[in-house]
Amino acid sequence: MIHFIIVSVLVVISTVLLGLFLTNAPILPTQASVQAETVDWLFGVHWWFIAFFFSLIVVFMLYSVVVFRRRKGERGDGKYITGSHRLEIVWTIVPIAIVLWMAVIGASTLADVERRDPQAITVDVFASQWVWRFEYEVPVQNEAGETFLTAITSDTLYLPNNRQVVLRLHSEDVIHSFFVPEFRVKQDVLPGGEAFVRELRITPKQEGTFKVRCAEICGQLHYAMQASVSVVPQVEFDAWLLEQSGECNLGEPECGQRWAQTYGCLACHSLTGETVVGPTWLGLFGSQVELTDGSSVTADEAYLHSSIVDPNAQIVAGFQAGVMPQDFATKLTEDQIRQIIAFIMSLQ
Amino acid sequence: MRFFSTGLFRGLVAQILATFVGMAFVMAVRVIIGLPLSSPDPEIQKHITEVIVIPGVILGAIAFMVGVGVLNDWIKWARGKQTSDNLEPDPAKPNWMRYFSVDYDHKVIGIQYGVTSLLLLGIGGSLAMLFRTELASSGISFLSNGSIFETILGKPWEVLAGTQYSPEHLFNTMMSLHGIVMIASILLGVGALSNYLVPLLIGARDMAFPRLNSFAFWINVPGALILVSSLFFGGFDTGWVGYPPLSLRAPLGMQMFLIGVYLVGLSSISGAINVIVTIFTMRAKGMTMFKMPIFVWAALATAFIQFTATQLIGLSFQLVMLERLLGMKFFDATAGGDPILYQHLFWFYSHPAVYVFILPGLGIISELLPVFSRKPLFGYKWVAFSSLGIALVGFFVWAHHMFASGMSPYLRLPFMYATLLVAVPTGVKFFSWVGTLWEAKLTFPTPMLFVLGSIVIFLLGGVTGPPLGTIATDLHLHDTYFVVGHFHNTMFGGYIFPFFAAIYYWFPKITGRMYNEKLGKLHFWMMWIAFMVLTLGMFYVGLLGMRRRVVDYDADLGFDPTHLIMTIAGFVIFFSVVISIYNLVRSARRGAEAKGNVWNSRSPEWQIPSPAPLHNYAQPFEVVGEPYDYGLADSPYVNMAPTPGTAPRSSAAHGAE
Repeated sequence: MIHFIIVSVLVVISTVLLGLFLTNAPILPTQASVQAETVDWLFGVHWWFIAFFFSLIVVFMLYSVVVFRRRKGERGDGKYITGSHRLEIVWTIVPIAIVLWMAVIGASTLADVERRDPQAITVDVFASQWVWRFEYEVPVQNEAGETFLTAITSDTLYLPNNRQVVLRLHSEDVIHSFFVPEFRVKQDVLPGGEAFVRELRITPKQEGTFKVRCAEICGQLHYAMQASVSVVPQVEFDAWLLEQSGECNLGEPECGQRWAQTYGCLACHSLTGETVVGPTWLGLFGSQVELTDGSSVTADEAYLHSSIVDPNAQIVAGFQAGVMPQDFATKLTEDQIRQIIAFIMSLQ
Repeated sequence: MRFFSTGLFRGLVAQILATFVGMAFVMAVRVIIGLPLSSPDPEIQKHITEVIVIPGVILGAIAFMVGVGVLNDWIKWARGKQTSDNLEPDPAKPNWMRYFSVDYDHKVIGIQYGVTSLLLLGIGGSLAMLFRTELASSGISFLSNGSIFETILGKPWEVLAGTQYSPEHLFNTMMSLHGIVMIASILLGVGALSNYLVPLLIGARDMAFPRLNSFAFWINVPGALILVSSLFFGGFDTGWVGYPPLSLRAPLGMQMFLIGVYLVGLSSISGAINVIVTIFTMRAKGMTMFKMPIFVWAALATAFIQFTATQLIGLSFQLVMLERLLGMKFFDATAGGDPILYQHLFWFYSHPAVYVFILPGLGIISELLPVFSRKPLFGYKWVAFSSLGIALVGFFVWAHHMFASGMSPYLRLPFMYATLLVAVPTGVKFFSWVGTLWEAKLTFPTPMLFVLGSIVIFLLGGVTGPPLGTIATDLHLHDTYFVVGHFHNTMFGGYIFPFFAAIYYWFPKITGRMYNEKLGKLHFWMMWIAFMVLTLGMFYVGLLGMRRRVVDYDADLGFDPTHLIMTIAGFVIFFSVVISIYNLVRSARRGAEAKGNVWNSRSPEWQIPSPAPLHNYAQPFEVVGEPYDYGLADSPYVNMAPTPGTAPRSSAAHGAE
């Protein structure tokens, strides 16, 4: 009996120490969304159960190892105990009750995390190997005073603070996963069109810059598939939308740079001469390019145009076919392609 | 060189020849019906290569089985010929050759499984060391273009694989291959335990179907070779899960992965039938189900899972293969397919598979604890039923791998309930183990250290399960290092540590010699401490949002020091295993002779000489008591010399193949 009392006290002490450590140690990222509050509350519950059950077994074990070890010169066997149905029933029923309760709070926290706000704004998220792209629909007025919706594209996910956002997730090739640790929630991004669009609801509650990273392995550059997430005050967000919804009225190469950025070209084509996945753009224009079939061509405007709209037609020696998306002819306007070429031409 | 007359050598030669014959055949057919053999379009070229190579590889695997000689009797039967029922080894051949050829002795097959498993463990572990070195610091350095690694290994790889060297792709390939090679290694290790131990523990002469048993082992050899060869066919960058559409786009190595795992799966199914039939029909006289050594219950539960779930991974892999080869659109959503379908089929096996890995290990823990506690196993029936309970519940939890997958959101709830229920039978095991230790007389030789160490590690794997089981917290943890930490804990605690406990414990029975105790303990402490460091590091970075399966991470996340420590710990684990292999190899030749009942165990296999003789028991024994009545005077478990004329049922069942 004295053994049980000592062990019980030790289990309590160990549980309290371990529980306090787990609930206070900085082991979770910043809590930057309303959903994160719920998730972290549930983590807190888990930490105490982990502390208790880990202590329960380990303390009993260590105590047995120390107290019930065979001492020098000792002979004979341990105490003849074959079991106890009463104890077994207790440690079957009690855990069943605990896990059922845990499943109930698991369901209610999930309901909290997925709670819908009718005022939520919508952002379309497009994932493709290995780029994130974000589309917003903004109402604009034309000269006749008619209001219509226009889509603007961004390589950064701008979000207004304290406002729920519905991310509609589209993949253009393989499965990706939208994950911002500070927001605590995650959703796979599926290919296959409208029927496979999945939604993720986030209510940012802290201004700042975070990173969205792909969490589902998606090929060679999976690790580098990331984009910035900027949580800004509503006023700033509205101003940004307004600014983006205008035409690009910069110079040709500058606009080209903007498109290259937003459409993810720069994830694979460096501007520094370094080889990433595709050939670098630095000094590309006007150079002689060796192709896989052994021939060589001059990188003129026609070559650059065809490389954008039909990337598999001519593959540069040392690179693989089929890596670059083949739908830029439909994704980009002729103006945008011209401006991107102008940008490449400026990189000498 | 007698090696050239072994079945293994003949099998390998046959496999290589048949692979080329198969390829040539497809090429000839293509020429005859006017299809091209090459194409300037790299995508079409890739497809043509695949269509030519794959039939060759499949033919090669079949040829291996013919060459090694494991199909001989079956082929003869099919042709209506009689074969000898004498499956004894040829006494004219040296003993070592038995291990490299077809042999029907369950102990030889057990060793074949075990050694192959350790070889794969070495390959999988070496791959882990390579990519763990890359992960030691942020930035791509060890594998980078221009690194020493590229010069030494990357260039030959480029030539063999025929693709350009890419550190990211190589990392993805090694990481994926590490996962699946380790799984193959574990499945073989489970085969080793079941095959070597089950007949010995239940007093059978051999397994019920010796030919099928040999088949089940040998199919792993071409399977493992094809699996590892994926490294030289461009690798695959999908992780071991191989989710389409990514696995539809991956290089040819993907197909090697699919075929390799398919063959290993055939081994699981045929091995499991054998284990089930052996346990049900060949137990010694008086051995009722509740008087079986507890490991046999674990082996039975494991075999049930293998027998009923493995088909689903075979099916899912087959669908990917067909979609790649023949353009069927199972997973292509734009053509009416569904990418999530694969995940359901895949996890329907691959979750229960986790219990295939751990149930035998937990059985080893329950088997050895009473011996070193000198006390009965606490709650024998509860422990036995908990194995069946885990196996049963394990079939209803697969979609907890898919909480973030985009499956039906409401369907996630029943899977959450079922998942959390796994804690109940698992808890029964833990509590019963503690009950066994209580008021015991504990001794701590190497096997016992591994048993106690595995309980702590498996416990850590267990308590980190519920945060992954409740959906809200899983949405944060899914696909992070927390998951990596969780399953490495369950694998090390549920398999690796118990497997080494079993190796040390039965080493004297296998070889007739003792292992070196000091080196054994050194192995344990190095591996246990290093693993705890490694896994706590995994949990820590995982909670902070470190993703799985990435070759690099941002320096400003601040994970560098933790990763460095984890890499060092990984190497300590690696070297501790090297030490253990040295210990085992050296002790097998020069260790002190193991005399009699080394562990003072009640179990029947320790009542006969070591190494155990052919067909195990000179005369069938009879069970007269409880298996674990340590501490009860005059209560033998088995009567090794029962009165003659009471032959057990086992003799009738043997050879009824």
